This record gives sequence, structure tokens and C-alpha cells, in this order.
Amino acid sequence: MERLNSIQHLQAFQGRLLGQRDPLAPTIVIPAGTCGRASGADALIEAARQALSSDGLADRVRLRTTGCHGFCQMEPSVLVEPERIFYPRVKPQDMGRIAAAAARGERVRELLYKNPETGRPIPRQDDLPFYRKQIRVILSRNEKVDPARVETYIVNSGYSMLARVLEQGDPQWVVSEVKASGLRGRGGAGFPTGLKWEMLANRKNGHGKFLVCNADEGDPGAYMDRSVLEGNPHSIIEGMLIGAFGTGATEGVIYVRNEYPLAIEHVLLALQQARALGLLGRNILGTGFSFDIQMVKGAGAFVCGEETALIRSIEGKIGEPRQRPPFPVEKGIEGKPTTINNVETWANIPVIVERGAAAFASIGTKNNAGTKIFSLVGKVCNTGLVEVPMGIRIREITSNIGGGPSGKAAIKAVQTGGPSGGCIPAKHFGLRIDYDSLAEAGSIMGSGGMIVMDENTCMVDVARYFMRFLKDESCGKCFTCRKGTQRMYEILDDIANGKGSPAQLSLLEELARVVKDTTMCGLGQTAPNPVLSTLRYFRQEYLAHIEKKRCPAGVCKALLLFSINERCVGCQACVKACPQGAITGERKRRHSIDGGKCIKCGACRSVCKSDAVDVT
Amino acid sequence: MISLTINGLPVSVENKTTLLEAAQFIGFPIPTLCHMEGLSPYGACRLCVVEIGEGPKARLVTACTYPAQEGLKVRTASERVIKARKMIIELLLASCPQSKTIQDLASRYGVRQQRFRQEYEDCILCGRCVRMCTEQMAAGAIGFRGRGEKRSIGTPFDARSEVCRLCGGCIYVCPACQLRCTYTEPEKALCGGCANLTPPCLEQERFDDMMCYMNPCVACEIKKD
Repeated sequence: MERLNSIQHLQAFQGRLLGQRDPLAPTIVIPAGTCGRASGADALIEAARQALSSDGLADRVRLRTTGCHGFCQMEPSVLVEPERIFYPRVKPQDMGRIAAAAARGERVRELLYKNPETGRPIPRQDDLPFYRKQIRVILSRNEKVDPARVETYIVNSGYSMLARVLEQGDPQWVVSEVKASGLRGRGGAGFPTGLKWEMLANRKNGHGKFLVCNADEGDPGAYMDRSVLEGNPHSIIEGMLIGAFGTGATEGVIYVRNEYPLAIEHVLLALQQARALGLLGRNILGTGFSFDIQMVKGAGAFVCGEETALIRSIEGKIGEPRQRPPFPVEKGIEGKPTTINNVETWANIPVIVERGAAAFASIGTKNNAGTKIFSLVGKVCNTGLVEVPMGIRIREITSNIGGGPSGKAAIKAVQTGGPSGGCIPAKHFGLRIDYDSLAEAGSIMGSGGMIVMDENTCMVDVARYFMRFLKDESCGKCFTCRKGTQRMYEILDDIANGKGSPAQLSLLEELARVVKDTTMCGLGQTAPNPVLSTLRYFRQEYLAHIEKKRCPAGVCKALLLFSINERCVGCQACVKACPQGAITGERKRRHSIDGGKCIKCGACRSVCKSDAVDVT
Repeated sequence: MISLTINGLPVSVENKTTLLEAAQFIGFPIPTLCHMEGLSPYGACRLCVVEIGEGPKARLVTACTYPAQEGLKVRTASERVIKARKMIIELLLASCPQSKTIQDLASRYGVRQQRFRQEYEDCILCGRCVRMCTEQMAAGAIGFRGRGEKRSIGTPFDARSEVCRLCGGCIYVCPACQLRCTYTEPEKALCGGCANLTPPCLEQERFDDMMCYMNPCVACEIKKD
């Protein structure tokens, strides 16, 4: 790869690449992020290569492997350009037919996605209910870019926004444009990005300034940042370059959690390729602007997503938060002014430069501009990554995009914001998703995790799950966070096991308030949120566990009672299946379960063909 | 010089003074555990929290680490602060009941019971020993290991230290292992032998702040008529 020594050089390179591309050529696009690979995309890619070479299609049909396209439920999937035909859950043996059809500009009808209600096939990806209501400003780029090949990024206007900014030569314009766009930090707190950059820009240069991309993404169930890093790492690099020019930053760090090996691989590759092209390093594009980015890997601590703990982790120290003031913009990495932004925030920067602040702000609602990527997971039909305008109603995501509940049970709540967030019950699904209305309802937007829960989810169990996570991940410095999360977990565990008392419930609430008030960092301050929000909306479930020693959702094992009803035909299948010998009964007579011996494993229920085992 | 207000009284302090130092300067008592004169402030025990700011943005911060700021309004004994301190003492008792320092704190704040499962640990991870060893003795033989529940203090990999000079400074400053309570039943959490009366100001008189930093408590005298 040749080094690009000027903006004109970049534009010429781009022009050459555009000339080599035929936008009408049939292309098989296979999403191969971590989600795709886990579902078998590697086999599909191999099958596609085989089909193209052995069937003599290599000169007529192209193959592109990309990052995640978002419809993870249907992976491994295939997208055929230019008509954008979507094939869900493709098997390697079907690849030949798909390739042959693509060459002829046709489609394979039996393999298309079928509308779950009508059964009719929906050929085009953009017509699928999952995709129709999304506004995929950022994720759509994943379809066009092969993360291992920078040329695919450049041919899609990659680094053109950097060129535009450098050509204009006005750092203050960058900051004021980002301010005018109304972009708020996508990491969860929603602090106005432009304001953060302005504070950094106003700091004297002195010994240098740092820009950090926070890719720690610790929330369980959230993988939006992973898909952007895996699928389009150059967009982050370009965003950071633009940010560095605007704020006068001299060094950059991308902090990726160690548990994202594919993201790490692609980021390192992208950094390498950008440096080779001269887009990172000294005298970028011959403009005299210099900036370079290092990658730092995390080591398995959720708390290192907190900005002061992240700074310490980058410095090589144990990841403990410290009190603010002083804020990172005053004293950050090595004591130098530092600004930390989330991956999705960085990905939005080239978008703002391209479309302009006004166009960006026109999507979303007042004070909540732009789109947000959510990881929609849980008891919903269409799980995956969705990008929607801010202000969309929760119901539109769960019912339209998500396709409704995945089982027979109705949807009961969504959990947003991960372990720092809360649950919003179904009766409030008319709420708009934006920073303020979610906060009022007792949750937070967070980084974008959205877990859908149905009637078979026990809210006490959910609170206990998050508390266990937080107690394990607390750094342990603050006494109230360390002990508070432990004791809250203890109480929730007691309640879920039927050993709770009403006094413990008020103790839990009291303790939750003190933990919220007295801890130093965001982890402790938001740790009580899952408990407080489930208590606010689902108090009756807690009371059922405490007063009646019952779990209404049928989840908490210690409170379940397995019994045999009148449908029993006396086949003795369960008697043989029970590992504890807890079931007795003669042939053709109704059996019975000894509650004292029953360990609630569920073996009897799974072998019973008469639906005679009740769980209450 | 920085001017701020503590419990309604104006105070002027030098730059880089913490709220704890400012409050102590003017005579308002703030309980501490991990703080020690001569060691850098750490902010681990959370006992010294005070309320700053007003209205919905009012929040609690640790006085030992928070720097004095111009115009700051500080309350060292508001209802929110007292509730927090009592809960922290309950949590301390639930972990480390045998320490006299913690028992004294419980008496001072009228905490007679703790409602959690009783544990008998001998370290509250305040970090005084670590800072003593690193800062005062310039040895750095012990430090924190692990995270959350598994956090502990010791030498790297529990190996015998080559830099430890056996000075005993760590034992000297430890609030948990010094002076075990030796009343009639040392195993029971609280004997109440050193108890003070619970001040009535918050519970009965409904003042916003606790009044007993003055000795004798003037609030009761005032309210008599």
C-alpha cells in the first residue's frame, strides 16, 4: 500500500477504487461478526468460495465478508446485492443455489425469509419487519465494508470527512459543529459531546492531550460496540482523527475489553493499515497534523469501563476509580487533559461532518438527537442489533421490530441500561426512548442493552442476577459499595429462596438508598437501580416470595412445588426418570411426588407425555 | 483563600484544604476510619460523608478527599448524612464487631443493632496499613489484591517480603485489630457498655441537622420554653 501524501492523493486513490468497482455486479455479502461466526458463517464463506470457483461464477459474482448486519437471530445469513435479497439461516449446501441465482439476477424462493404471520416470502432485506422501522445510519455501513480491507472503507467515502476537515483547516468549526448537532455521549451518561470537546479544546496544550475510545462494553447482553469495532474499525479511527484535529489532542487510545478477540484483531489490522497509508502518525496527508492511536486491552473488569478506572487501567495500575474533581479533562492519563468517548459516539462523528449538524439533529427528538443502537435480546422473536431514532416508543421496538414475544407468554418488561439500569413494565411501553423519559421511569438509557422479559421471568431473580454481577465486579475500594452490594445480594438471595421477611425488604430499600448516596463512582451509585426499579413496578412479586413463599413466574427453584395432577395415566415414566426416587405410584394409578425428596430438576416434567406435572 | 459555608457558618481556608480539615478547623466533628493524619486521604470507608450543594443536586461526598471550593455549602450532620453514617456503622458492625473503634462509633451514633448476617472478619480494607507502609515507612511491602469480595491486603502472592522491616506500623494504625472490646461477652456484637444517649434533635425535635456538636447540647435548652 502506498502512503498517501496529500488530500488530492487520497481523492485520486478513491477515484481509482471507484473506477474498479461495478455497483451493479451481483455480490454475496456474508455477515461474519462474532455472532455470525458463532452461528456458522465460516462454513458459509467456505461454501461460497467453493461455489464461486467450481461453478465458474468467480468472474460474475463477487464475495464480501463483513461485520454484523444486526439480524443476529437469523444468522448465518446472506445478503445478495444489488437487489438486497435476504436469506436467513443459510446452510452451506444451499450456497451453490444462491450463488447461481445471484449470477442470473434471480432469487431462490424457498430459501427466502417468510413472514411469520402470513407465511409469504419477503425477498428484500429493507422490507423485513425487523428492518423497516430502523434508521441504520451507522450499522448500514457494516454491510459495505470488509473490516480487513481498508480499500472497502475508502471506496465508501472513508476518510473523506477527515480530508474535508483538514482542508477546511478550522478546529473550532469541528467543535461547534459537534455541539450544534446535539450529539450526547452514547456510553450511557448522555453528556453533550460537543461540550466535552470544547472543554478539552480550551485546555492549554502543554505536554499533550489524550483522546480515548472506551470499548470496554461491560454490560451483560450489550454488544453494539463490538459490532461497530469488528465491522467498521476505520470509522472509529476517522472519528478520533477528526476529534483530535478539533480539540488539539496529540495521542489516542482505543481501550478494548480483552473478551473481544475479533474486535481486537480488526482494530489492530485497521491501525496498521491506516499507518501504512499515512492516515495515522506524523504529517497526516501532508497537512502537518499529527496523531497516532494505540490499542490497550482490558483484563476482565467491568469497573474499568468507568472513566477514572479506565484511565488507571491504561496507566497500568489496578482499575480503581478516583474521586472527581479533578475531572479527566483537567487531569487524565499521566495527569494530562483527557477526553473519553464511547465507540458509538466516535462512529457518529464522521456522520455529523458528512451530513451537517442540522441534518443530524433532525433525527430524534429535542435534546436527544440522532440514532441509537440497541442490542435487543431476550424473550422476543427478532433478537439482534437495532438502530433506531431517539424518541421511538418502546412498543415499536418490542412489537414491530422485535416481532413480539418469542414464546406463548406475554412480554412483561424490558430491562434497559444493563446493571445500572432498571426495568420498565409493559404498561409503560408507550414511553419514548430518550435519556430523560427513561430516567423519569426509573431506568437509564445506558449503553443500549435492551433485555425483553416475559411472564416466565422472575423479577426478584433478575434483581438478584444483576446484584451478583455488581458484587463480583465492584472494585472493592468503597466500603459501602463492596459491602453494600454483598449484603443486598444476600437479602435478595434470601428472598428468592423463600427465607425473606418484610423487615428485610425495608432494610433492602434503606441500604439501597445509602449505597446510592455514599459510593464514589457510577458503579456503586447505580447498583441499587435494578433493585429499586423492580421494587417500584413489581413489588407484588417480592411480596409473593416473602409472604406466600411462592415464585409467581415459576423460576426460583427453592419455592417451586412439583405435583402430579389428574391427567396422570400411571405410565411410571416419571418414577423411572426421577434421580431422587421421589415419585411413587402404581401402574395405571395417579402417581405422587414426595416434596421432601424432590430437588426440582424437572426430569419428570420432561418425560411426561400427559402434561400431568404441575409446577407452582 | 477560599470562602465556604459549613453548617451555616462562614469559613475561610487556604487553597487545597479538604472539607474535613475545614470542618475540623472550625470545630465540627466528622467521624473517620480510613483517614489518618500524616497519610494521604483515601476515601474508602465513606464515614466522613457530608452533604454539599442544595436542592435536587445536593449530594454526599467524602470530606477527607473533597477540596474546598469557593461558595460551597456544606452540611456535616444533615438527616441524609446521619442516616448514611448509621447504615455504614451497621455494615461495619456486621463485618467486624470486635473492634473497639467500631463499637465506639456505634455508641456515638446510637446504633444498637445490626440487621445483617453476622460475619467476623478482621480487616475492613481501610488501607491505612498500606498507606503507612508505603508513605511513612517507604517500604511498600503490602498492598491491595483482588477485586470486590475477594479484595484483601497482603504481600505480593503472599510471599515473604524482602522489604518489610518488621516495624509494626501496620498493626499500630489498624482500627480493626486494635483494642478488642473486653466487656462481659466479647463474642456478642454490641454490649452497649460505652453507650451515650441518643440525641433527641433529629428524632424528637425535628431539626434538620444534629445539634450535639456543642457541649452541652444547646438545642434542648432553647426548646424548653
